Amino acid sequence: MGKLSEQPPKVIVTKIGFDAHDRGSRVVAAHLRDAGMEVIYTPPWQDIHGVVKLAMEEDADVIGISSLATDHLLVPKLMEALREAGMADMQVIVGGIVPPKDEKLLLDAGVAHVFHPGAGLEGIAEAVRELAAKARSLRQGKVFKVLTK
Amino acid sequence: MNIPIPKRQLSETEYARSERCWKEAFEASPGAAKRVVNRSGIEVKPLYTPNNRADADYLESLGFPGEYPFTRGIYPSMHRGRSWTQRQLVGFGVPEDYNARLKEMLRQGANAISLIVCNSVYRGYDADETPAELLGTCGTVINTAEHMERALEGVPIERISCGINDPAPFTAFAMLLAVAKRRGIPWTQITGTSNQSDCLSHFVALQMFVRIPLPHTHRIVLDHIEFCNERVPGWNPLSVIGQHMQQAGATPAEAMAFTLCSAIQFGEDCIARGMDPDQFLPRFTFFFDISLSFFEEVAKFRAGRRIWARIARERLGAKDPRSWRFKFHAQTSGVDLTRQQPLNNIARTTAQAMAGIFGGLQSLHTDGYDEALSAPTSEAARIAVATQNILREEAGLCDVIDPLGGSYYVEALTDRMQEQIESVMAQIEAAGGMYQAVEQGLVHRMIGDSAAAFQRKVESGEQTVVGVNAYRVDENPEEYKVLGYPQPERMEAHVKQLREYKARRSNDAVCKALDELARAAQGEENTMARIVEAVEAGATHGEVCGRLRRELGFGQPLTIV
Repeated sequence: MGKLSEQPPKVIVTKIGFDAHDRGSRVVAAHLRDAGMEVIYTPPWQDIHGVVKLAMEEDADVIGISSLATDHLLVPKLMEALREAGMADMQVIVGGIVPPKDEKLLLDAGVAHVFHPGAGLEGIAEAVRELAAKARSLRQGKVFKVLTK
Repeated sequence: MNIPIPKRQLSETEYARSERCWKEAFEASPGAAKRVVNRSGIEVKPLYTPNNRADADYLESLGFPGEYPFTRGIYPSMHRGRSWTQRQLVGFGVPEDYNARLKEMLRQGANAISLIVCNSVYRGYDADETPAELLGTCGTVINTAEHMERALEGVPIERISCGINDPAPFTAFAMLLAVAKRRGIPWTQITGTSNQSDCLSHFVALQMFVRIPLPHTHRIVLDHIEFCNERVPGWNPLSVIGQHMQQAGATPAEAMAFTLCSAIQFGEDCIARGMDPDQFLPRFTFFFDISLSFFEEVAKFRAGRRIWARIARERLGAKDPRSWRFKFHAQTSGVDLTRQQPLNNIARTTAQAMAGIFGGLQSLHTDGYDEALSAPTSEAARIAVATQNILREEAGLCDVIDPLGGSYYVEALTDRMQEQIESVMAQIEAAGGMYQAVEQGLVHRMIGDSAAAFQRKVESGEQTVVGVNAYRVDENPEEYKVLGYPQPERMEAHVKQLREYKARRSNDAVCKALDELARAAQGEENTMARIVEAVEAGATHGEVCGRLRRELGFGQPLTIV
């Protein structure tokens, strides 16, 4: 096994809440997979704690939430649950229908990026790569701190 | 004064020479080498001529409107006689919010109502078991017959057709019947459609099911068809849905093929239960998406109508011409709308609506221009209704029946779409029919592949999307108006009231009705009759779904990437 930095980014593509419009999440997940990333794709309707648990168990770098019907309103709760679980370094992106005024709400809650309809797949892949690298460097820093304590 | 003009008969050689001349001139023109392929994968020629349909027999392949095979329309007078139904989807907030918007839409010219329930309802939960942030943001929170009464206050349900978007177990439909009974309206006077009854489409796209496993959901749908045939004969219990599949990525030909295969599945299952096709088929309706691929959509509908007439008559054995008619509602495609320059969407919706109208639809929903920003604001909803009024009364689209019929292109494309649809249908048949193809994931995979292929075309620029990959302008999305969310206090009061309701009512009657429902679900008895009784006894939507899940198990959606 090579160094952590050489492993492909690991990204969870999921939907929380009640909606199941999955065209976007399927297209994005397939593209990230084809771009060489390790993608964990879940059925829709995940609950927040299920996503946190999955991210922890899988040691994921990035969580991508697809929201087409206001489920993004639950994302601030997800961010809080990640912090409570000691995963404040997890990078979270949201894609789908997010009204402009809600984008600020999500960014303030710690979401790294919101992708709107019309976003290109390559741009999404590039962002995921960068965010995965960021997540890893944050995590490595954390491990170092623990070891030198 | 009429002066007869002598007709000039072209000889065959003259025609051939003329055609050759055009061909040479065309081939020397710019763009002659361009290959054009529509969304269904059909290559489209630069010009269509009488030669493209030389052998077709008019009566056999087209016929007159209202006559088999109905290619030109299912009724003799089509929109000239009676305009399509303007059925706009409405739903957000608490029942009172819905009621206010509904009355506004009716004043503006909508002549039928529809109800979208909250996503928590689609998943099978009551408001008091749902995260508060999500309540009423995407549909109205209706959990009891009481709520339905408030939602329909002052709306004459005996005179107006109600489209209800509730999937099996059809509790909202049961609540409508309960309201009718309270108002003294016989169920035989209730008309409308269970818009989201096609469980096969839900299991492959959109997944609008209340988490009861597919075999049981399918059985409840058949129970619903049987129940309505006997007790609510003016109601369309089944709407076979292609819209979800096309929105999820299926091409227009695939969506039509899948839908026809679903209709065959439901039809054969009803026959296997001993039902008479001439009783249930006239109550089958269809629901489609209308994309921006204008002529392709017109041809899709014309071809679908012709294929269905033959299936209903020959395969399902229906003898009554009313059983052969392909009645459909259509919705303009939200996937084609953009967040960029949202007002451009009014033009897109207009073109889509025209394709549906020329395709011979019976009922139409036009999307709000702000579809890619939020649920529609009232301004966007008003413009969507006005678009239909303008097309109908100003643009003269209803003046002539099937006005594109006879166009060399449209007729040739209708034939080609039919071939394409039938070839997809053959794939589904080879997999054992639609139920099997859905269960095996075949349909889900085909939809995913087509969605990815379309996205590649947008990314490469082969498919222009104005404002997204071409003709971009700088804009500030903050300036666009979006629909607000329900006021938290109103929603809190609604949830509190529901809790009080559960504490106040006669729980004995509710428990007894739910036990009866459980018994029916475990046995052979019709579950729909029991669902209606449970709702009448005061059971909530969440309680009916919860009990069914306990008896029948927890359904999971498909996930194939």
